[in-house]
Amino acid sequence: MINFEKFALDNGLRVIVHTDKTTPMVAVNVLYDVGSKDEQPDKTGFAHLFEHLMFGGSMNIPVYDEPLERVGGENNAFTNSDMTNYYLTLPKQNIETAFWLESDRMLNLAFSKKSLEVQRNVVSEEFKQNYLNQPYGDFWMLLRPMVFEVHPYQWPTIGRDISHITGAEMEDVKSFYHKFYNPNNSILSIAGNIEVDEVKMLAEKWFGSIPAGETYNRVLPQEPHQKQARQETVERDVPFDVLGKAYHMASRLDSRYYAHDLITDLFSNGDSSRFTQELVKKQKLFSDIQAFVTGEIEEGLLVIYGKLHHGITFEEAEKAIEAELDKLKASLVDNDELQKVKNKVEATLTFYEMRVQERAFQLAYGELLGDASLVNHEIDKYQAVKPEDIQREANAILIPTNCSTLYYKAKNNHNEQ
Amino acid sequence: MSNSRTKQPEIQSLDTENLVDNLIQPVKYKLDNGIPVYLLNSGKIALSRIEFIFPAGTWFQDASLVARSTNSLLKEGTSGNSSEEISRKLDYYGAHLDNNISKDNAYIELYSLNKHLKNTLPVVEDIIKNAVFPQHEFEIFANKQKHNYLINSQKVSYLARTHFTEYLFGAEHPYGQRLNPEDFDRISREQLIAFHKAHYSADQCKIIVAGLVDEDVIGLLNDHFGKEDWSYKALNGAREYQVIPSPELRHFIPKEEALQSALRIGKRMFNRKHPDYIGMQVVNTILGGFFGSRLMKNIREDKGYTYGIGSALIPLHRSGVFFITSEVGAEVAGKAVEEIYKELKKLRDEAVNDEELHLVKNYMSGTFLRSIDGPIAAADRLKDILEYDLDYHYYAKFLKRIKTITAEEIRELANRYLTENTLHELIVGKK
Repeated sequence: MINFEKFALDNGLRVIVHTDKTTPMVAVNVLYDVGSKDEQPDKTGFAHLFEHLMFGGSMNIPVYDEPLERVGGENNAFTNSDMTNYYLTLPKQNIETAFWLESDRMLNLAFSKKSLEVQRNVVSEEFKQNYLNQPYGDFWMLLRPMVFEVHPYQWPTIGRDISHITGAEMEDVKSFYHKFYNPNNSILSIAGNIEVDEVKMLAEKWFGSIPAGETYNRVLPQEPHQKQARQETVERDVPFDVLGKAYHMASRLDSRYYAHDLITDLFSNGDSSRFTQELVKKQKLFSDIQAFVTGEIEEGLLVIYGKLHHGITFEEAEKAIEAELDKLKASLVDNDELQKVKNKVEATLTFYEMRVQERAFQLAYGELLGDASLVNHEIDKYQAVKPEDIQREANAILIPTNCSTLYYKAKNNHNEQ
Repeated sequence: MSNSRTKQPEIQSLDTENLVDNLIQPVKYKLDNGIPVYLLNSGKIALSRIEFIFPAGTWFQDASLVARSTNSLLKEGTSGNSSEEISRKLDYYGAHLDNNISKDNAYIELYSLNKHLKNTLPVVEDIIKNAVFPQHEFEIFANKQKHNYLINSQKVSYLARTHFTEYLFGAEHPYGQRLNPEDFDRISREQLIAFHKAHYSADQCKIIVAGLVDEDVIGLLNDHFGKEDWSYKALNGAREYQVIPSPELRHFIPKEEALQSALRIGKRMFNRKHPDYIGMQVVNTILGGFFGSRLMKNIREDKGYTYGIGSALIPLHRSGVFFITSEVGAEVAGKAVEEIYKELKKLRDEAVNDEELHLVKNYMSGTFLRSIDGPIAAADRLKDILEYDLDYHYYAKFLKRIKTITAEEIRELANRYLTENTLHELIVGKK
């Protein structure tokens, strides 16, 4: 249970405060409601590139990091399909520096040419480091467009192509900023050793005068219902074959989301899970196989990702996976097994809450979904899932016509064991 | 309301030397058989981490992979329970077991809700005392390790990391040893059984408990780990290995199709017991120890050659390593290396100015405060010093040194330890 208070400024900025006096630190989280799903198809990777530019100096502060480091603070940020999130922690004595820094870059950026030039290079190197210069690094770039024919979830956050990043112009940067980086499109969440009244005073002082922007009405192309199984095969210079299967699943706010997530836990969360016991240990088909949900706000993916042993064919591997899916569809999961995965979820969520940084983010994310208090009901929603729900949902989504399968073949696979 | 947005709000200086008061004091207990238990009782959530530490890292193994495999396979079957039964029990209670080894130690960490400790601790007792390393599980594990190794071997970063320590210590030294494909076929389950018997015994065990837990946990630990039934005398002989560094300082491993080259520049150094260790932590922070470091500013934020560059000072029980690491665009690898040497020279030639030094000192104090926040972080700091038989005075000394170190002392340290002709350099990829 995370206690919090919530209020809004006149310019639309939503503010959440969670007080915890046991830590000497305060965590500040600024979430902007913009992700790679808001990009144009010919300018992908922009939300993430923009995140880098947010560190390139704001109207009154030439360098973001230095003043924060000078007061013993630390910060970082991430971007995904749905959001761009900035977070920092600092000793409670110097909390005002965080308000000063974050409000200035919400007010206006410096739009430095040099910063844009350098960050285009830095992000290109990030693209190479994590996607191009890594074995299996292009797996998601191949799988996502198979599953999503029109929805912007079809491209990865880093971007569809490195040329989209190197081609970013200052005009693009400015219009992106003015469209999305407004107080009415963001959530400020504070957690740690600080009182609500102090936050109210500081929020008004530093963020109160930032003008609201135009309301952004998100209209995304809707993905048509998939009617046929999709398959693709690629060959790469990697040591082992990889099999990927992706199924459309429920959106984050849909009550079926929890059953879908638990299905993947039954498959592969923990050593006693079905895939690990059956496919890795008994049948020895995979050296590793994982099932997981990608967790986007809109309808995302339930993914199965397995590394095949040498000598095992895709046909054998796929047949064995299908047999596991069939078991879940044909018979009710017993209560003990379901309780086991629920307990694991509860422990994981509880463990996350140990850090104030994580509490600040969870509250902001809950608010993005509609209400910060959602974070306090997650465990109950998992606990409410019944064996019948699991069976029904397995039958509804784990079907070939809802699936995209990627056969990622190792070149020169010697087929020896 | 009008604010002066151009000026940073007044800085409240952290009372550096008193930061040490924020450390959660451990309460020390001894189990009936003498095992020391350190209890850090704090936090908000009824969850704890119980960590068992044994001197059973790669230093003590006679063949590659033995230490890691022994540690990882503890939970894959005991005289009374199969791998599946063990994982089912832990999973049922939402508990999580982390196995880890370093060059020097082996760690078994249990994360468990406190209400379930009476059910989860017996499982940990079983695996630590009664592991049998079933052949079937051993083969699955060895195979998976080989898979990972073959995939890693395609990564420039992995090649750089593993070859670099070999250059510093020599191929036969436990700190320098690299894996080879044939190692996976040579290892046998009998080696694991012998290693387990020799290194996982009560007389070598330490326990650290962190979380919102009270003294009751000590009784529980005593029931399961405090008896004489696993106190066989250690077979650990004193081991000595000779350091035989590579005579060459400049190394290159070509990788034709690389889009980025991995760089490493560094040398053998020392651990927390050395009088210059804390001073060198300051030098390291200035050079490459944080986002605002000189290497990041120059090579990422000014030149855009890389997504990230950093340096680190890693203590080892019997040595230590200092290195600079980055992955840079293959076409600019040479230029990046040149800039790194320029930054090192600057550290040796010019005194750090007051503003930069002040910033780094404050940053390090804040980082210290963050690094002890919460019971688990505090337990990690305790672990860091127990390893070197140090106590909390070490952290008081650390904070005092940060406060008092001068620009001139920093320059002297850089001249003493970071001259070019003592540094090994490795480029993997293209240059």
